[in-house]
Amino acid sequence: MDDTLFEFLHFEVVNYVIEQNETSNKDSKEDDLSNLEYVGFSTGYKIIERLTREMPRFKDELDTMKFICTDFWSAIYKKQIDNLRTNHQGVYVLQDNGFRFLTKISSGKQYLELAPRYVAFTCGIIRGGLANLGINCLVTAEVQNMPACKFHIQVQRS
Amino acid sequence: MSRASTRFDTKKVNSELVTLTYGSLVAQMVKDLENPEDVNKQLERLGYNMGIRLVEDFLAKTGTGRCLDLKDTADKIQSAFRMYLGVQPNVSNWSPAGDEFSFLLDSNPLTDLVELPDDLKSLRYCNIICGAVRGALEMVQLDVQSWIVQDQLKGDSNTEIRVKFIRKLEDAIPAGEE
Repeated sequence: MDDTLFEFLHFEVVNYVIEQNETSNKDSKEDDLSNLEYVGFSTGYKIIERLTREMPRFKDELDTMKFICTDFWSAIYKKQIDNLRTNHQGVYVLQDNGFRFLTKISSGKQYLELAPRYVAFTCGIIRGGLANLGINCLVTAEVQNMPACKFHIQVQRS
Repeated sequence: MSRASTRFDTKKVNSELVTLTYGSLVAQMVKDLENPEDVNKQLERLGYNMGIRLVEDFLAKTGTGRCLDLKDTADKIQSAFRMYLGVQPNVSNWSPAGDEFSFLLDSNPLTDLVELPDDLKSLRYCNIICGAVRGALEMVQLDVQSWIVQDQLKGDSNTEIRVKFIRKLEDAIPAGEE
């Protein structure tokens, strides 16, 4: 199957969720991206199960994150995460300098206000994938300069 | 930029990714819209939007020229199916007038891992394909209708997508010129 199909489908998912918001609550100016994140979550939850089916168990949390940054990211986004940082207390920052969904939109600060729409799905994918590997977390994204994007993962310990 | 290297079969992952993303989207729509008929309409519209873009990608990658006739069009859509979904449908059931035909798919990657519950029997899960065909052809000035005749999700042995030629779209004359 051709890669472009996934990109086009993703754009349509984004459009659909945004339009759906506009019809249901016209007043709010902020985009409500929770449904978009949820579509990503259920996709991530299912795909990680299929990818890791034949793999040995991960050693620890860091090992799992490394897997997300390397194999998982290359399988989906055709490149690895460029930088992984952690404070060793459950906070991880994944930096992608050329995030696939942003590379075709802009290089610089133009359209920056629209960036959240194109990263919410991926936040969901990460959260869903980790949830199915037994790690509950919050994932947010930060875009300062397209097409670079930082994903912040905060592991929830209970 | 770091090199893409992975121990996964990227082709397979990509197809599963599309299948699962599409599945999550349909699930979300069913939740949002309640009425399966509305979901069908939305899926067709989404497909149409994708078709408009896909046709450009297709023409750029394959370098094909104009279609000579509807048979030629059918062949080209067949190769687009192979390119984007990785399946080769059969073109068959031509109408006597030669203006209608069907694509028969014996397997459909969009419906892998999918089962329809009883209360969603009126949902046309693959309607996005019909929309994509319509959108793509509109961009090459062919107005067509497309709909699902048989559906494996509803117990048929094949998935059959019917295409009917309506008319050729003519270039509009720019304003101010005769």
